[in-house]
Amino acid sequence: MINENGDVILSVSDLHAEVDGTEILKGVNLQVKAGEIHAVMGLNGSGKSTLSKILAGHPEYQVTHGEVIFQGQPLLELEAHERSLAGIFLAFQYPLEIPGVSNLDFLRVAYNAHRKAKGLDEIDVFDFDDLVAEKLDVVKMDASFLERSVNEGFSGGEKKRNEILQMALLEPQLAILDETDSGLDIDALKTVAQGVNLLATADNAIVLITHYQRLLNYITPDYVHVMADGQIIKTGPQELAQELEDRGYDWILADAKVEAAVS
Amino acid sequence: MSMPASRDREIVSPAQAAADRDAYLLQLLQQVSRNSFASSVLPKLGETATALVHEQTLPSTRDEEWRFTDLSALLQTPFRALSSQPSAVSWDDLAAVTLPETKTSRLVFVNGVYAPELSAVSDLPDGVLVGGLVEVYADPALQPKITPYLAQQSGSNEVFTALNTAGFQDAAVVWVKPNQTLEHPIHILFVSVADDHPVIAQPRCLVIAEANSGLTLVEDYWGLDESDHLTNGVTEIWLEENAQVNHSRIQRQGRAAFHIGKTAVSQARDSRYTCNAITLGAKLSRHNLDVFQSGEQTDTRLYGLSAIAHTQLADTHSVMSLTKPHGSFEQLHKCIVDDRAHTVFNGKVFVPQEAQLTHASQLNRNLMLSGKARVDTKPQLEIVADNVKCAHGATVSQLEADEVFYLQSRGISQTQAQRLLIYGFAMEIIEKIPISSLQETLTEKITEWTN
Repeated sequence: MINENGDVILSVSDLHAEVDGTEILKGVNLQVKAGEIHAVMGLNGSGKSTLSKILAGHPEYQVTHGEVIFQGQPLLELEAHERSLAGIFLAFQYPLEIPGVSNLDFLRVAYNAHRKAKGLDEIDVFDFDDLVAEKLDVVKMDASFLERSVNEGFSGGEKKRNEILQMALLEPQLAILDETDSGLDIDALKTVAQGVNLLATADNAIVLITHYQRLLNYITPDYVHVMADGQIIKTGPQELAQELEDRGYDWILADAKVEAAVS
Repeated sequence: MSMPASRDREIVSPAQAAADRDAYLLQLLQQVSRNSFASSVLPKLGETATALVHEQTLPSTRDEEWRFTDLSALLQTPFRALSSQPSAVSWDDLAAVTLPETKTSRLVFVNGVYAPELSAVSDLPDGVLVGGLVEVYADPALQPKITPYLAQQSGSNEVFTALNTAGFQDAAVVWVKPNQTLEHPIHILFVSVADDHPVIAQPRCLVIAEANSGLTLVEDYWGLDESDHLTNGVTEIWLEENAQVNHSRIQRQGRAAFHIGKTAVSQARDSRYTCNAITLGAKLSRHNLDVFQSGEQTDTRLYGLSAIAHTQLADTHSVMSLTKPHGSFEQLHKCIVDDRAHTVFNGKVFVPQEAQLTHASQLNRNLMLSGKARVDTKPQLEIVADNVKCAHGATVSQLEADEVFYLQSRGISQTQAQRLLIYGFAMEIIEKIPISSLQETLTEKITEWTN
């Protein structure tokens, strides 16, 4: 839902970043308002995943220039867990396995960390069980998932659904979904997409990072951004995704080169 | 008075060092022989074991099996047998280590000697024999039943095992009859207590699970105080056909203790044995775990966790012998090593020609929490049979930055994330222990430890 007068949730200005001395982001600009869904598309190595990791605070990436404002506050000085507590959520492209820690314990520790940050008491174990049961419906997960170790032995689809379950529980203001659709069969994709649609409200915002237009058949973005070589080189309406699917990326890259030459 | 500094660095010739080790071992033998069960009751067994000790010497790091575990610190302390029975241990002292599940199935030994007043074995099913060996052996009807098992496991020639056989004072006996399955676990608690001098104790255990029987056993080593102590324990477990034993071995002795322990297991066909070995205590510990499958379709699972810090050393040497077809074996040994601590793992698995259709896997995983910690690991699979499925491996790592980040990205602080990961690493083993109160106690220990 495009809302010109909506509150700005995320504002990225001229963001440059590197990993191990190699510059990956070369001046990203992006503004996301409440109620909006943005899709970021692009070829491998264009910097999409790097952008998501930087927003979530991965320690391996160094920001060398630029600014990120999240809900009016400078984001980059916060540690990863503080960003989560402030309302940012990253659904991982490759969710990690944590043997020995049950999914339920993990979710409760995370949920309580958020409660504590809001000045609330930790939730009672039984109340938490009820809450999780309710959220499981969002991603059509079986309660037996809760007893298993975090992501251990989960199929690709189960891991991605588990990410959306965490999102449902933590209710972020900004959810960044990093290739959540990759590697999913159509049924799992629909389940994940339905979950995301259920969680999208007028007050929060979603950034979908994806390779494939297919996801956007199920989640309708308000804006589609194309990333190449560390920059967003084109922004358009949802139809742009279909055009990319049909025509590939070459024409956009060529256009961008011409524009750069002219300016 | 301080010693001249040069004394510390005095170079001892190899010959002198060997002589010192010999002398020390003989001194230990002399100490433990004074109240030896074998010498007084089974003289032949005692003589053989004594001769075996005489033939050998205390291992040094020149011995392949002891390369990474230096016993020279042991030589600094003249351990002696108990002078008199201390009465220092009371029920209250044990409150922290007893298990509600074993209220009526607990054997307590103090410095290797059975303490009936602290034990509770009243409410066991008919036919089950649980008690101290001295008591049990007083019954002439039981004598011929005990002797074919006592000190008859392979590996009994090994020097510390022979020392134990030559000098143990008493032993825990658990004997389950055919077709009998024990509802409650049996807790054998070996308590070490200070005397007016450093004490050597030689706990011993004999477990016989007859055909089609089943039991859950906890073998538990605990120090009442932080005194200098040497524990040299031996546990023999016999599983007859189709028997099942779940064995948890908990070593939580004091920080000044030396702990040497042997677990020797012999499995007849179709039997199932699981060992959950948890090592948390002692300044130096060595666990020798030998399992011998003597029949077909035998299942062995060895799970281990050593979690140590400061300057502790924990060494686990396991030997798994598969000898017949359709055997299965799974081993997962995990170590968490902090500060300047040092873990050693050596796991041998033998799959000879006859052991076709074996399914074996062995994995040693090590988590190093400090740059000064040390891990030595050697998984060792020797396969002759050609139609088998076997895997082995070892990993040594620090906490994964990506795993920490994953947890952080959910609002969990870095410190809390690290704790959760260490906890998870340990829980993978702890949750295999089938006794909930013991699981909880160990979980608390690990949680405390990560803080």
